[in-house]
Amino acid sequence: MSASHALGVSDRELMIKSLEYRKDVLRIISHAGAGHTGGSLSSIDILNVLYNRVMRISPARFDQPDRDRYIQSKGHCVEALYVVLADLGFFPRSQLTTLCEYGSHFIGHPTRKVPGVEHNTGALGHGLAFGVGLALGLRHDDLRNRVFVLLGDGELAEGSVWEAAMAAAHYELDQLVAIVDRNRLQITGPTKDVLSSEPLESKFGAFGWHVRTVDGHNVAALTNALTVPPPQGKPMVLLADTIKGKGVSFMEGVLKWHHGVPDVDEYRRAMEELGAALRQVGGHQ
Amino acid sequence: MSARTPSMYSDDARQRAARLGLRLGRPNLEEFAATLTEIAARDRNVMVVTSDSRGSGKLVGFGQRLPKQIVEVGIAEQNLVGIAAGLAATGKKVFAVSPACFLTARALEQIKADVAYSDHPVVLVGISAGVSYGALGSTHHSLHDFAALRAINNVSIVAPADNKETHAAVLYASQAVHPVYLRFGKAPMYDVHGPETGNHVRSAMVVREGTDVAFIAIGEAVIHALLAAEDLYDRERISCRVVSVPALRPFDQGPVLAAARECKALITVEEHSVCGGLGEACASLLLESGARTQFKMVAIPDEYTVTGSQADIFRHYGITMEGLARTAHRLLESI
Ligand SMILES: Cc1ncc(C[n+]2csc(CCOP(=O)(O)OP(=O)(O)O)c2C)c(N)n1
Ligand SMILES: [Mg+2]
Repeated sequence: MSASHALGVSDRELMIKSLEYRKDVLRIISHAGAGHTGGSLSSIDILNVLYNRVMRISPARFDQPDRDRYIQSKGHCVEALYVVLADLGFFPRSQLTTLCEYGSHFIGHPTRKVPGVEHNTGALGHGLAFGVGLALGLRHDDLRNRVFVLLGDGELAEGSVWEAAMAAAHYELDQLVAIVDRNRLQITGPTKDVLSSEPLESKFGAFGWHVRTVDGHNVAALTNALTVPPPQGKPMVLLADTIKGKGVSFMEGVLKWHHGVPDVDEYRRAMEELGAALRQVGGHQ
Repeated sequence: MSARTPSMYSDDARQRAARLGLRLGRPNLEEFAATLTEIAARDRNVMVVTSDSRGSGKLVGFGQRLPKQIVEVGIAEQNLVGIAAGLAATGKKVFAVSPACFLTARALEQIKADVAYSDHPVVLVGISAGVSYGALGSTHHSLHDFAALRAINNVSIVAPADNKETHAAVLYASQAVHPVYLRFGKAPMYDVHGPETGNHVRSAMVVREGTDVAFIAIGEAVIHALLAAEDLYDRERISCRVVSVPALRPFDQGPVLAAARECKALITVEEHSVCGGLGEACASLLLESGARTQFKMVAIPDEYTVTGSQADIFRHYGITMEGLARTAHRLLESI
């Protein structure tokens, strides 16, 4: 993919944004003393590409029926969403540090009290059915807007995901895109040991979905996978191969960072690493 | 889940607990896990089913020690309860362990049909119950579990107040021949019982005598009522009785009716919606029995729950020593 992308923002600019988002995620989690670190870092590149390149959405148009929709079914990784929404101008960045405070709307899962959030999530296994409903409703109104639903790989153990998957194929919802953040970890351990949902390619395929496997940290590959339309009449799933805790060496692939909160020293080391990575791609820090 | 858990108790409340010589125990969840592990180590018929919840259920040690007695189903609460019922039907003593919010909402139909109605003696263990998850928000709160399960026949409902009641509750559940729901929070709990009481969960127990106001409290709210009672007596010589009600079903009516006869006012206290919990159970009991007493329900009101930590939420709704003392005061003044 070319450096200056047709959709306005270059790959390099996106990579810089991803690093800045990662710093913000860590900043607000350590400020709050709580949060889902690993899964926010594994999904941030996906959110970045969606919000900055793929989706037709902005604070000014958020009340318009013909906007694209993003549903974060793996709601626990709300910090990634808050950070991206702040960057897009849905609310002032300063509000991010009220995360988890008494009376703040910025709680540990997405709520519609926060501008830019489409749906309240937090209980896993709800997002895809809601997305099916959105896609049906949009189609009913002759709107071709797309609906994106982000799922965790552990989340796929919920039967409701597969009920929705069947409905999406049955109703030929090609406006609907599911993205699985396949970081291969959940709380107790590796997803393959806790309750394996693999092989996902053939499973979703058998459910009637168009399946794409993609490197979930490669902004160019994500862009391509999310912008090239699926075959007509097929819902599409992106199996995004990711690394839980991506971007901070000592968090990558380490179980405890599911909801681990960095202490002062870990925070400093993580910010230094991300700062160095930023310098390397030529961003500010 | 949160690195910094703000204290549930004000400095005053903590000092009062210290003056009373109350021991700060461990979280009821840890007491549950330790007791269950002991029981299961002696009896291979005892099994645990988890849904990516063994860490939050403090059962990692159980899994290491008794790997053949734990079944992991992944993030699938409906499956958890269905599988537990099937295991129970083969004669296993099954503890199905999952966050109370998901266990009693997501899997409610499995509880109703496969466990309660079919009478398979599964022990449903709701962990991190009430508003233990604090700022994770309403998806993670279980303020409906008493109400939902009270409306389903054939499930005992037990919410222990301290480690001692927890120990008794796990023993009770392990011997039960019908379904049981156990409800545990995450915070360390003070002992509310002396040596005489708290050794079983089948009856409501007076943990402090008094005649002006009676606090009727359940589960992890009992301690706040006890501290408020001591505070009111110390500062104003208001005499408060405190009754701990570990079980909503079977519901031990005697001590509640006695409190209504012998005290001027009655206050129920619970970490649950005001709809369908201990307060309403007492209200209907009192009205049907013809008791006449001043009555107030302290619970989470029927509104969008305020956001914040468990301590913030308790403070906001007056489920604290200070809040309950204020409520008692106001109620007495209105007489
Ligand atoms: C219905 C439901 N059950 C359990 C949980 C608790 N929970 C929160 S995150 C999580 C693990 C999620 O793993 P995965 O879907 O792989 O997400 P990720 O690795 O991206 O964090 C669990 C069990 C929940 N939020 N909702
Ligand atoms: Mg995962």
